[in-house]
Amino acid sequence: MSNSVQQTQARVAASLRRRYRAERRFKLYGLLAVLLGVSFVLFLFGAIIAQGAAAFRQAQVTLDIQYNEDVLGLAGERTPEALATADYAALVREALRARFPDAQGREGGRAALRLVSNSAAHELQRRVEVDPSRIGTGERLTFLAGADVDQFLKGKIDRTLPEDQRPLSDQQIAWIDALREDGALRLAFNRGFFTNGDSREPEQAGVLGALAGSMYTLLVTLVLSFPIGVAAAAYLEEFAPRNRWTDLIEVNINNLAAVPSIVFGLLGLALFLNFFGLPRSAPLVGGLVLTLLTLPTIIITSRAAIRAVPPSIREAALGMGASNLQMVTDHVLPLAMPGILTGAIIGLARALGETAPLLMIGMVAFIVDVPRGFTDPSTVLPVQVFLWADSPERAFVERTSAAIIVLLLFLLIVNATAAVLRRRFERRW
Amino acid sequence: MDLSAPKNSRTIGDVTAPNPVFRAREVNVFYDQKRAIHDVSIDIARNEVLAMIGPSGCGKSTFLRCLNRMNDTIPAARVTGLIEMDGQDIYDKRQDVVQLRARVGMVFQKPNPFPKTIYENVAYGPRIHGLAADRAALDEIVQVSLQRAGLWDEVKDRLGHPGTSLSGGQQQRLCIARAIAVNPEVILMDEPCSALDPIATARIEDLIDELRASYAICVVTHSMQQAARVSQRTAYFHLGELIEVGLTDRIFTNPRHRLTEAYITGRFG
Amino acid sequence: MSASVLLLILMGLMVAGYLIGRLRSLAMVGGARGLRRLQSLPHYYGLYTALWCGLPALLVLVLWGAFQEPVLVQLAQRTAPVEVQEAGAVQMDLYMNDVRNVLSGSVAAAQASPGVAATAERYRQLHGAARLALTVLLLCLAIGGLLWARARIDPQRRARVAVENTFQYLLLACSMLAVFITLGIFLSVVYESVQFFRAVSPLEFLFGTNWSPQTAIRADQVGSSGSFGAVPLFLGTAMITGIAMLVAVPLGLFAAIYLAEYAGAKFRAWAKPMLEVLAGIPTVVYGFFAALTMGPALRNLGATIGLDVAAESALAAGLVMGIMIIPFISSLADDMITAVPQSLRDGAYALGATRSEAIRQVVLRAALPGIVGGVLLAISRAIGETMIVVMAAGLAAKMTANPFDAVTTVTVQIVTLLTGDQEFDGPKTLAAFALGLMLFLLTLALNVLALRVVRKYREQYE
Repeated sequence: MSNSVQQTQARVAASLRRRYRAERRFKLYGLLAVLLGVSFVLFLFGAIIAQGAAAFRQAQVTLDIQYNEDVLGLAGERTPEALATADYAALVREALRARFPDAQGREGGRAALRLVSNSAAHELQRRVEVDPSRIGTGERLTFLAGADVDQFLKGKIDRTLPEDQRPLSDQQIAWIDALREDGALRLAFNRGFFTNGDSREPEQAGVLGALAGSMYTLLVTLVLSFPIGVAAAAYLEEFAPRNRWTDLIEVNINNLAAVPSIVFGLLGLALFLNFFGLPRSAPLVGGLVLTLLTLPTIIITSRAAIRAVPPSIREAALGMGASNLQMVTDHVLPLAMPGILTGAIIGLARALGETAPLLMIGMVAFIVDVPRGFTDPSTVLPVQVFLWADSPERAFVERTSAAIIVLLLFLLIVNATAAVLRRRFERRW
Repeated sequence: MDLSAPKNSRTIGDVTAPNPVFRAREVNVFYDQKRAIHDVSIDIARNEVLAMIGPSGCGKSTFLRCLNRMNDTIPAARVTGLIEMDGQDIYDKRQDVVQLRARVGMVFQKPNPFPKTIYENVAYGPRIHGLAADRAALDEIVQVSLQRAGLWDEVKDRLGHPGTSLSGGQQQRLCIARAIAVNPEVILMDEPCSALDPIATARIEDLIDELRASYAICVVTHSMQQAARVSQRTAYFHLGELIEVGLTDRIFTNPRHRLTEAYITGRFG
Repeated sequence: MSASVLLLILMGLMVAGYLIGRLRSLAMVGGARGLRRLQSLPHYYGLYTALWCGLPALLVLVLWGAFQEPVLVQLAQRTAPVEVQEAGAVQMDLYMNDVRNVLSGSVAAAQASPGVAATAERYRQLHGAARLALTVLLLCLAIGGLLWARARIDPQRRARVAVENTFQYLLLACSMLAVFITLGIFLSVVYESVQFFRAVSPLEFLFGTNWSPQTAIRADQVGSSGSFGAVPLFLGTAMITGIAMLVAVPLGLFAAIYLAEYAGAKFRAWAKPMLEVLAGIPTVVYGFFAALTMGPALRNLGATIGLDVAAESALAAGLVMGIMIIPFISSLADDMITAVPQSLRDGAYALGATRSEAIRQVVLRAALPGIVGGVLLAISRAIGETMIVVMAAGLAAKMTANPFDAVTTVTVQIVTLLTGDQEFDGPKTLAAFALGLMLFLLTLALNVLALRVVRKYREQYE
């Protein structure tokens, strides 16, 4: 062997080119993998913002409404029943006909009416019922435009297509152009998106109902999972004897953290709805299911935070004559609290984005009203995204993206809180 | 730079040696702004064991890691001065670090066998450098290396077992075999026995003495007895400076610097 | 009284109990001067009284709340007409639905059948009686507990020990909850599955190749039993999981290697959180993306190169799911790679290994068990992932190995079987629970295996 030192060197030198090429290739693969992941993040956010931004503006149309008694079909009656059954859509139709004389006949009237959301009729009904003396007068009002008009203004409907391939006729497009010209039709901030519940009509649909549902659900989750999770973590770290029973609990918690969320939904359906008879679609039940789902996460992170408190603190407390419980409540828990809070917030963020288990307990129902309590039927933000994504109307696509933006913002706020907490209270031992 | 006579060296004793593999001149190592090694100049000769002794943190390991550029893996480390191997500056831009390390083997403080079989541990170096033409040649390299490391008889029946299944002393000899398998010219040893019991230590020391016939060996050690037993020359480091160099017998019987004397008589360490 | 008012009253009583216990203990030793004669601080005597006052009542309240509804329904059902009672569970459910409509006011009592009206009335009576009984019981328990604890206060009583023991038991109960959740999942899923397997043989379910539960609702038709061969679902799940893993494992692993071994501190500082953002995005967002962007894009791509790609292809769902799992694999692999001791890397470098040689042959080899564990966890996650496949994969069960075809998965079927209106006891809904059982057992097995592998790996380098 010793005579071959030169030989060895020659062989090493000969291998170098090939090996450095392999080295560069390997490094390139790694860089590509990272860049691919990062560019996907950017692409996803870019696509959603590009699609969703349009939904924050909404087409509105201003019309001169005449509260004409004959058009309403009231014939002098003012009883609540009569007011409730009057034909308010006709008021809108007549206002449009006054503006566009060519909107004649049933067909023409219907085509004109499609320009305005049917919420206009409800709005007029509300105004008349509040103040019946309006009948016989007139006023200028701004209504939501129809979803197709909205999409047209945002350039989502191509006017160069043949007439039978687009949802708006040539006549309707001509009207739209005319309305735009004199400023009666324009895009304005979409307040309704934040103040309305769900709706079958895309232009009226908003996220308030889902936001409120998410709030109620998260509140239930927070109130239940945080104390229980911290108590369980404190027990397992500070009191539990090391035996098979504790091992079992520990293995259990680790496994629960990885059980698919939909299985928790099955549990919620079988236990809370079918066995205990709790109401379907309620934030209370949603919160209970999400509590079960987040509990393992909270326990695991809380345990890690408690374990990070150095033993010297415990010894100091015990040395002062504190009992075990006093040591934990007076010293260990306060010191571990930043870590525990961070963990709890991360658990909540996960619960906030969770969809599948809530489908199982009926939070997927179509609900117009904004929930006012823990047992009102409601939905949550991610489920709202799911529902809208499923809707055939194309106007829902941008609303879905907008709802996702709201959801991501919500998540961003929650995670930022966690980051701030961690930075603020981080302690190095 | 004049290699024969370092001018401003404060080192006591003759830093040059006949038939040197390495010649280091005025080497400094910085970690960020902190200077870990001050103007160290020394030759390392073939067929000789050089022991580097000194109190903890004196820079002997840092200097050792300069010789195969292991300091490259630490981003903050910076080396100045000149280190030549067979007349070539190893910190030259054209010097390939892979090639350098193939010529300079290293054995670490804690045995660090790879999580592979005993066979694969030894075969790893020859494989990556393409030293064996075929399986038979590789088998031979493995066998010869294990024999020279004095491990063959103990492991020949279980070459397929994981390297980590061996005892600490055996693991360290496996690491020596692994280094030998690449056919290096120099073997650097960074406190090779500090994690071992006395019996395993004795075996490694015997092995070092045997290997001297084929390689230049440089051993960092904490134990003065070990330095006295295995080395021909000894270098004493203190706070990043090379204080004294000389033949081992002379250093231990007649140290010239008061720091050297204080250290070997056990006044600090 | 409503539950929240009762709860408030209980709280009030507990506060009163605390004050009473505290004052009483002090009074017994003659005020603050006699403090040293008390076994525990007055605070603990207060807590002692408050616990005795509140705990039994709260326990009863929770249990009562959980069981009131099923018991009341059972009792009210006895007033149903005999023919309904004998017609079986399905009829009874329909009947009780009518009753519920009357109770909620969505159907006027006058319009309902006399039987339904009577049952509703009965339920209403029972409900009122239960409310009253609960209120009385709770107040008795709370006040009784308070008085009893007050009577037991004396300076020799070790109130602190009693209080602390109680708290320890409460903590224990909280940690036991995890076990109860697992047990609850298992029992509820198994219970429904057993009912399902009474109607459909387990062999047919596990090995049958025809899945068409939809026919089962038309009870009057021939072949009304539907067919519940779940093999196509298992295959579909396996295919989508496989595609996801083909995307996630190499990308995640290479990203982890690059970040851990090559990237500079600056690059790492922004690239790593960016990747982790992927893990924080709700799955419904991925589903939306897969259904509206990835699916059509693949379809168009297929059309231009002459491939027939379904709009809801397994490929689209699998690709997006793979992207979702990248950060999961990369952060686990990153942990595992950084846990490999530096001495191993040094060993390889000292032999003259290049960086990639050291990584591929030494570092990855050492981290392998941990990475395998991480991949197992990722597989279990992909199998259980629901929203992406519900939104982007197909509904029809097909036996196919073509990734461009639409396939369906276990989770998709669970969701479709359980959303929408149908009676609860049909084999169709029960089938969802049988699928859930499979899902639970499979993911559980994967998790146990993965956690064991990972733990072993951690021990190796401690």
